[in-house]
Amino acid sequence: MTGATEQDFAPSSIRPRPVRSLYAGNARAVMLRGWRATASTNWLVVVSGLFEPIFYLLAMGIGLGTLVGAVTLSNGQEVSYPAYIAPALLAVAAMNGAIYDSTWNVFFKMQFAKLYEGMLSTSLGPLDVALGEILLALLRGALYAVGFQLVMQVLGLNLSWWALLALPAVLLIAFGFASAGMAVTSYMKSFQQMDWINFIMLPMFLFSATFYPLSVYPQWLQYVIQAMPLWHGVELVRGLTTGDVNWGLLWHVLYYAVMIVVGLVVTTKRLRALFLD
Amino acid sequence: MNVTTGQSTDAARAIAAGRRSRRWGAWYVTEHRLRMMRTYTGTVVIAGIGSPLLYLYALGVGLATIVDANMGPDAVDGVSYLVFVAPALLATAAITVASEEFTYPIMLGYKWNPTFTGAAASPIRPVQIVDGVVYSVIIRMLVNLVLFYALMVLFGAAPSPVGFLGIVASLLGGLAFGTVIMGYTSTLQEDTGQLAMVQRFIVLPMSLFSGTFFPLAVFPIYLQWIGWISPLWHATELARVFSYGYAEPIWLTLVHVAYLVALIVIGWAWSRRIAVRRLNS
Amino acid sequence: MPAPVIVARDLVKKYQDFAAVDGISFEVASGESFGLLGPNGAGKSTTMRMVGAVSTRTSGELGILGLDPDVHGPEIRSQLGVVPQSDNLDTELRVRENLLVYGRYFGLPRKLVAQRADELLAFAQLEGKEKARVDALSGGMKRRLTIARALINDPRILLLDEPTTGLDPQARHILWDRLFRLKEQGTTLLLTTHYMDEAEQLCDRLVVVDKGTIMAEGSPAELIRAHSTREVLEVRFGSDHNAEVGARLARAQGADGHRVEVLPDRVLIYSDNGEAELVKITEAGLRPVTSLVRRSSLEDVFLRLTGRSLVE
Repeated sequence: MTGATEQDFAPSSIRPRPVRSLYAGNARAVMLRGWRATASTNWLVVVSGLFEPIFYLLAMGIGLGTLVGAVTLSNGQEVSYPAYIAPALLAVAAMNGAIYDSTWNVFFKMQFAKLYEGMLSTSLGPLDVALGEILLALLRGALYAVGFQLVMQVLGLNLSWWALLALPAVLLIAFGFASAGMAVTSYMKSFQQMDWINFIMLPMFLFSATFYPLSVYPQWLQYVIQAMPLWHGVELVRGLTTGDVNWGLLWHVLYYAVMIVVGLVVTTKRLRALFLD
Repeated sequence: MNVTTGQSTDAARAIAAGRRSRRWGAWYVTEHRLRMMRTYTGTVVIAGIGSPLLYLYALGVGLATIVDANMGPDAVDGVSYLVFVAPALLATAAITVASEEFTYPIMLGYKWNPTFTGAAASPIRPVQIVDGVVYSVIIRMLVNLVLFYALMVLFGAAPSPVGFLGIVASLLGGLAFGTVIMGYTSTLQEDTGQLAMVQRFIVLPMSLFSGTFFPLAVFPIYLQWIGWISPLWHATELARVFSYGYAEPIWLTLVHVAYLVALIVIGWAWSRRIAVRRLNS
Repeated sequence: MPAPVIVARDLVKKYQDFAAVDGISFEVASGESFGLLGPNGAGKSTTMRMVGAVSTRTSGELGILGLDPDVHGPEIRSQLGVVPQSDNLDTELRVRENLLVYGRYFGLPRKLVAQRADELLAFAQLEGKEKARVDALSGGMKRRLTIARALINDPRILLLDEPTTGLDPQARHILWDRLFRLKEQGTTLLLTTHYMDEAEQLCDRLVVVDKGTIMAEGSPAELIRAHSTREVLEVRFGSDHNAEVGARLARAQGADGHRVEVLPDRVLIYSDNGEAELVKITEAGLRPVTSLVRRSSLEDVFLRLTGRSLVE
């Protein structure tokens, strides 16, 4: 623990706030605490989360696949239905894990456990807290991603060596959702409001080219879906695991980069306003 | 002197005062539960209309486009995929309500915010608390199912005139699953993740592998037992019989009904037993 | 004399082999305020639950308003108001709603319940809080709301289990004042407590309970007269010396016929004249760090009966 003195936490009206007061370089402490809490209470629940995408893959990919047959990608390549939805499920798993950790979990800690107030009264700054929580969510996302990709490999659903890049892609997606999720949560006041997060997640899950190509929709609906973050994640991962790689994938990367930066800035500002000013 | 003569005016007054609660107690509990649900009416209504809309459109229209393209217009069971999948979505909606209302609220009532203990100190009997909770969930389920069915009709997903009986089938399915889960939740002294596990390893696989999105027959025979024990499969098949005249032998239809009713009886009785044990020990 | 409203004879409650209540007998008359006094785990709450008709007895006889709780549970409960040890208000509902739903449990018409709810909110000094969330209330307010809820059916008997545990002194006094009013109106009160002052304030008569059995019975004054002296001298000699000096005093005073209790932090000398004892001690050349002469209390009765302090 270094650096931050009491002066660093003085109201911003007194003097311009240096980065140092936001970030004490100790997100690790926040992560460690979260990891310990998880490990001691519900690690089984965390690990079991890996089964969710696997159940979907088996049911939809293999079961439903018998009704759907093959799907044609944008480059004309024909892939089996399981190979089509597996990357989408991977992106969805990243979203779900990150959103759970950064919304419900954070909300609970903020409203009930009053954890952050305690943390911020030590030398930790708001950015430590935000980054710590988000990195923890990423760790969980990485766990799911590696597990699920192994299953995909066994089932022969990684069609290209590009699939190796799906892991960093999944982390990027998780990072994006985690930072945005935490930013949104910092504005939430009640459980009822938290329910609204589900109302946004469900349509994203169902419509973002997860189970069938966007082309079945009218043009206007396609635009709406393309504005949503999950679609970019699905397209990015799908491009990598099926080997349908082109420069266009970088647009998806850019989308997430912006999401991460905006999310982090808003979260840090909010935490400062809530707990320090 | 006998301590319980039952002869005094006090005793007579007590016996008169206890009459209404003995008779209607369960409904007073229902009244209480509905009042609690009113605090999240917005969620119920929006989820009640929103999720059927989303599911019917995503699966019944979106996914159906590629299924029908692959299998022809009589895609599955001789009907379009929309018609095939809609009754399953209806039954799943009942399961969703059951898995919400019969898990955390039960844990809440016994432990976190022990309103059940509060009710047990009044003339209400423990079995009436269980009954009252079940009645209130039936009411909420019916609201959701009727909304869902109305949307099915709008989507043209319920061709038969007796399709509305699918609401009853779904209700049976929701209660069959729900009362058993209620029994299980009642036995928990502490939630250390068991309820999340139920969600993940029972509710989710059940909703995926119960002949919902594709016929059970797609699976090899050694996996089909998952469907046979699943209340959702029985409710879905039953709803399909009503919705588009899905052809199955009449004995099988009777088995669906019998199985669901049996689960309800077992789960309900189990929940009542545990309530007596926990609230009157 | 009217028939007692609660009669317990050789009441026993066993959990497996452990007897939480081990043969308790007492009677409570209509309008009386009766206390069960004892430390935690004495069997008070278990007794309360049996009287409240939510726990079946293992053996013995129990009559509430002349009815057997095993047979007429709902009928008995229709005449009781219950204030449990920890509040079990519905935190998902608002303050007034809590009274409304609870009143309905008794089969009372909605209009009557609504009218009583408003009266009771006034009685519990919760006006203006009708629409507040239960979680937003202070501990004392929650307790008063729980009491208001227990009164919604205009009960013959009010059961209070540790009514003021966990409240700050001011909140306790407000609560005692409310309970005192109920007593004045003729409500029968049955309460458990491990606070002496509470028992002395509220109880006409009480039993001292320890390890599931009754150690003594009577009014607070009777109990003090029977089991203690008029006054008590409390002297402290500092933590390191209490035991040693206490032993000396026990020998000296004991010879005079006075009882001496040596506690870790102080020495108690029981006498009808405390000042005189203090003079004797100082004349013997002992210099207590502090000394206090006070009236005997139920605490002393309990110490005498069980050899232990009530609040440990």
